[in-house]
Amino acid sequence: MGMATESQFHVLAVDDSLVDRKMIERLLQKSSCQVTTVDSGSKALEFLGLRESNESNDPNAPSSLPVTHQEIEINLIITDYCMPGMTGYDLLKRVKESAAFRSIPVVIMSSENVPARISRCLEEGAEEFFLKPVKLADLTKLKPHMMKTKLKKQSEKPSKEDNAVLKHEIRKEEEPSAIEILPLHQDVEQEPMLSNSKRKAMEEVISTDRSRPKYNDITTLV
Amino acid sequence: MDALVAQLQMQYRNYTVSLYQQGFLDDQFTELKKLQDDASPDFVAEVLSLFFEDCVKLIGNMARALDQTGTVDFSQVGASVHQLKGSSSSVGAKRVKGLCVTFKEYCEANNYEGCVRCLQQVDIEYKALQTKLQDMFNLEKQIIQAGGKVPQVDIN
Repeated sequence: MGMATESQFHVLAVDDSLVDRKMIERLLQKSSCQVTTVDSGSKALEFLGLRESNESNDPNAPSSLPVTHQEIEINLIITDYCMPGMTGYDLLKRVKESAAFRSIPVVIMSSENVPARISRCLEEGAEEFFLKPVKLADLTKLKPHMMKTKLKKQSEKPSKEDNAVLKHEIRKEEEPSAIEILPLHQDVEQEPMLSNSKRKAMEEVISTDRSRPKYNDITTLV
Repeated sequence: MDALVAQLQMQYRNYTVSLYQQGFLDDQFTELKKLQDDASPDFVAEVLSLFFEDCVKLIGNMARALDQTGTVDFSQVGASVHQLKGSSSSVGAKRVKGLCVTFKEYCEANNYEGCVRCLQQVDIEYKALQTKLQDMFNLEKQIIQAGGKVPQVDIN
């Protein structure tokens, strides 16, 4: 586990199915990514260093989260939708509500093609929605999203603007920036519902192929 | 030795193709094979092994849920069916997956007889697949032992 793997993307994969975890792990490794797999949303949050809401009410909870978590750079989270307890959607929301981790791209996987589910996830900030079983070809869609976080980390401004702006501000940083990991319930600034990147994701929904199921009749079920 | 290798390779090709043709396997199995390489030389066997363990576990759950002398909790059965459908889909176990689709419908319809029938069928089916794949893996071993390489089988 050398620090020389700076050029490798590190993906956190979440799925309650052992078979699927093994699959996604290999798919990601084959795509030259470093992978960490967990079997639940809560374990994913733990890994990231976020606490679940019921724990943050505990006055004895450590006010400063373990420093080691700050050194783990995750470039993408890919999660199954249907999981017992915390669903992939719940996890997505948690990540996007967190000041420290909202910039991590999240991809949802599901074996079921439910249009309402897909749009809900994309609206909540998921970059992509993959239909299972996920194929090698699907993973090529991930690189651009992961590149964004790399660029963000290297640039001076932690801005939410497009890549175009970041390109001329790329500087080598010695240390990962001192990201202040706030407990979830502090005042987290709310992003407007459809920021630039989300709108782009929505546009991508309409234009791409396989991972975007084509549906004619959209029955709005909630 | 070459003649033996060639013969085994042909056997292997024909056998593999027949598994697809008979509907035991689908494209996803092909995808699975793409993930096997020098870094992960036993990947396919490993995943399938996990899949079959899953089958045993989930079918056990379904059997228990259907065995209630009182009212059957079809959603509990359905939950296990859903999981089996997922993993069979992931490994390309076409027939098992197809059965799960039907099974799920029976669960949703609270159809006890239908569920029991599906349970029996899915049990038979996963075991049949397990046997077929074991034969396929054995052929691979034989090829390697005879000094040959396992050919890439093009399914068309």
